[in-house]
Amino acid sequence: MSGNEAIALAAYEAGVKVASGYPGTPSTEIMENLSRYEGVYTEWAPNEKVGLEVAIGASFAGVRALATMKHVGVNVAADPLFTASYTGCRGGLVVITADDPEMHSSQNEQDNRNYAYAAKLPMLEPSDPSEAKTLLKEAFELSESLDTPVLFRITTRVAHVKGVVNKGEMKTSAATCGIEKMPAKFVMLPGNARNRRKVVEERMGELRKIAETDAYNRVEAGDTKRGFITGGVSYLYVKEAFPEAAVLKLGMSWPLPEEKIKAFAATVDELFVVEELDPFLEHHIKSMGVTCRGKDCIPNQGELNTAIVRNSIDADSVPELFAAPDLPMRPPNMCAGCPHRGVFFNLSKMKDVFVSGDIGCYTLGFLPPLSAMDSCVCMGASVTIAHGMAKALGDEGKGKLVSVIGDSTFIHTGINGLINSVYNNSASVLIILDNRITAMTGQQNNPASGCNIKGEPANSINLEELCRAVGVKHVEEVNPHDISACRTALKTALERDEMSVVISRAPCVLIPEMKKAQHIPYLTTTEKCSGCKACVQLGCPAISWTPLTPEEAEALGYKKKQKGFAVITEVQCNGCGQCAALCKFEAINRKGE
Amino acid sequence: MGAIGNILFSGVGGQGILLASEITAYALLSAGYDAKKSEVHGMAQRGGSVTAQLRYGDKVYSPLIEPGKADILISFEMMEAARYLPYLHKESKVIVNTQQIKPPSVAMGQVAYPENVLDAITSLGIQVVTVDAFDIARDAGEVKAANVVMVGAMSNFLPMAVDVYENIINTRVPERFREVNLKAFSAGRQISS
Ligand SMILES: Cc1ncc(C[n+]2csc(CCOP(=O)(O)OP(=O)(O)O)c2C)c(N)n1
Ligand code: SF4
Ligand code: SF4
Repeated sequence: MSGNEAIALAAYEAGVKVASGYPGTPSTEIMENLSRYEGVYTEWAPNEKVGLEVAIGASFAGVRALATMKHVGVNVAADPLFTASYTGCRGGLVVITADDPEMHSSQNEQDNRNYAYAAKLPMLEPSDPSEAKTLLKEAFELSESLDTPVLFRITTRVAHVKGVVNKGEMKTSAATCGIEKMPAKFVMLPGNARNRRKVVEERMGELRKIAETDAYNRVEAGDTKRGFITGGVSYLYVKEAFPEAAVLKLGMSWPLPEEKIKAFAATVDELFVVEELDPFLEHHIKSMGVTCRGKDCIPNQGELNTAIVRNSIDADSVPELFAAPDLPMRPPNMCAGCPHRGVFFNLSKMKDVFVSGDIGCYTLGFLPPLSAMDSCVCMGASVTIAHGMAKALGDEGKGKLVSVIGDSTFIHTGINGLINSVYNNSASVLIILDNRITAMTGQQNNPASGCNIKGEPANSINLEELCRAVGVKHVEEVNPHDISACRTALKTALERDEMSVVISRAPCVLIPEMKKAQHIPYLTTTEKCSGCKACVQLGCPAISWTPLTPEEAEALGYKKKQKGFAVITEVQCNGCGQCAALCKFEAINRKGE
Repeated sequence: MGAIGNILFSGVGGQGILLASEITAYALLSAGYDAKKSEVHGMAQRGGSVTAQLRYGDKVYSPLIEPGKADILISFEMMEAARYLPYLHKESKVIVNTQQIKPPSVAMGQVAYPENVLDAITSLGIQVVTVDAFDIARDAGEVKAANVVMVGAMSNFLPMAVDVYENIINTRVPERFREVNLKAFSAGRQISS
């Protein structure tokens, strides 16, 4: 099973009672899998701060609790995280951070080991799915015995790697479920917090002692000419690149086992620290006065692998490889029939408008041929950045500032920005792309979907009423597949001298109902195609262009100068009709019409 | 450390690479090997280039295949086979579905789909087996089973017997697709034997 499946199983076996998280690659499948186990309450929270606070609450009530998020989610949840370090817990509390070196699906590759140092929390880090299972169960024991939240860091190559994992025995929490008032521990006013601050330091001392035990950090004896200190997935690369060498494998990345490290260093001739991203271990090891090598040879960007580790240390081992042929790139693309496309097509025609973007499937609107996104920083930043620009530009920005945000992202952190824009009197347009789902991470339900994590009916937010409630006077809903209605709605909103909202509403084609539904495809009548390429400009993957030489064009009965014709691949088309609306020659029609 | 076998799956998001690599991995495990598989989820699945990496042997540490070390490249799309040439060595076996899926720049008519794209591999003397998986799957009754046709074609290069795969399909594939998938598998296996 995958690392994420193993973690879900471990959480179940550890007796977790409450788990809350916000989706984010590569963490999403933990909560999805955990939601299928009996006796564990799971939920999708609107954002990571909410999710962590829910888990803290459950821990205060005396049950084991889990919060899951991707690396950037910890930034959002950092506020409760740093103070939960002071309060400690009752039931075991574990926070999973799923980091994404190489940025397979992320906007940055921050190294969240730094959070363990900064928040004064222990961090455990497995190398593969089977170790993830064992260590996560340990994490809950550690959390309860030392009264501390535990950070648990995985990376993409642990989360999404599949390996052999065994079932284990069920555990239970040492805490008892119930209300227990512990104000000196739970109410973090300065007086109490100063006391807890001391407790945190004592706890770090205890943790340092535990770090010295073999349970977390072990020496694997071997050739001492070169010794390696490593942890997480890098351990696997070291084992493969230098199978004979002595290794100190760290399962606890913070705090570090100082005695063990010094003793190990003394046994080897040359010490290498192998870790992905920041020189986190290296800096701390060097500050112990231990000489070692690390980022002078091993890259501090992107993922490592066996070849990188071997070749960085033994430069003469670099093998000759076949060269990659020069091929057209194949970037991801919005699905055929994606509702977002209708909005971005219109935005692509508004050349003097600055489109302040956000994160979700719709970020693909940045790519050609639509190329209609001008900024994208982090979740929720679309509306706020547009507001900042509006204030900076004054009259010059009038009618030129649009922000776009997905439903899930709007609820995550976009709503705060909208409140600010209304309160501080912005004149820009916010487009909420309501496709009913958190699509990019694989179609998770959210507070606007009408279903909970298990797919059961749930209360659902009315986005239009919500926008009106925060003071937006002009809120208009459009069907994004209706290209011209969408254009009119955007133009009308842009003309207004106040904050306005356009809600683009049509479901993602990958939600279960849409996948089951019969879509009548659209087809091209080849003889009628004039070769204008209007439909091709949509960038729908179901539409492709067949180029023609003048001779071929003539042979097919076209004018000699026609450069080609468009074809729709029937099996790919989801019948949205956007391309038909753009064709002035009636060459695209619904099948059977 | 015993020898490690490396299988690289490549193709386009949505082609069923994950199921294909899953069946192969289970087959290896039931034959007594240790195995690890790495895949990428998220943004990469929206129609972009995708890979899955499968490694097997007595004990597998790293889930990632080193460049130049893939023993088998199984590609679900022609151009996506050539893209991973740096992962191959002289003795690699390449199994390619002859389907061509146009990337955006080709679909929009900006560049042409590269002609004879497999020449880049065959010219190096590397063995390439081509499979019309799409047509074979259609004949078996379900175009979506093209991925299992490919697994069938690859099975000739792996040490497991047919019944190992059949068992996996019987236990891992939802009942209504079993028959089709079993047919697709055996049709694929006949291709390259
Ligand atoms: C703080 C943070 N948490 C999670 C993510 C991962 N993530 C990016 S966008 C997104 C949600 C996208 O959903 P939505 O806004 O509804 O757009 P859609 O993909 O449906 O178009 C998620 C979960 C992230 N980038 N940053
Ligand atoms: S998954 Fe849904 S939202 Fe994402 S590109 Fe496809 S249709 Fe659009
Ligand atoms: S109707 Fe046109 S734009 Fe919509 S999915 Fe089909 S081919 Fe693509």
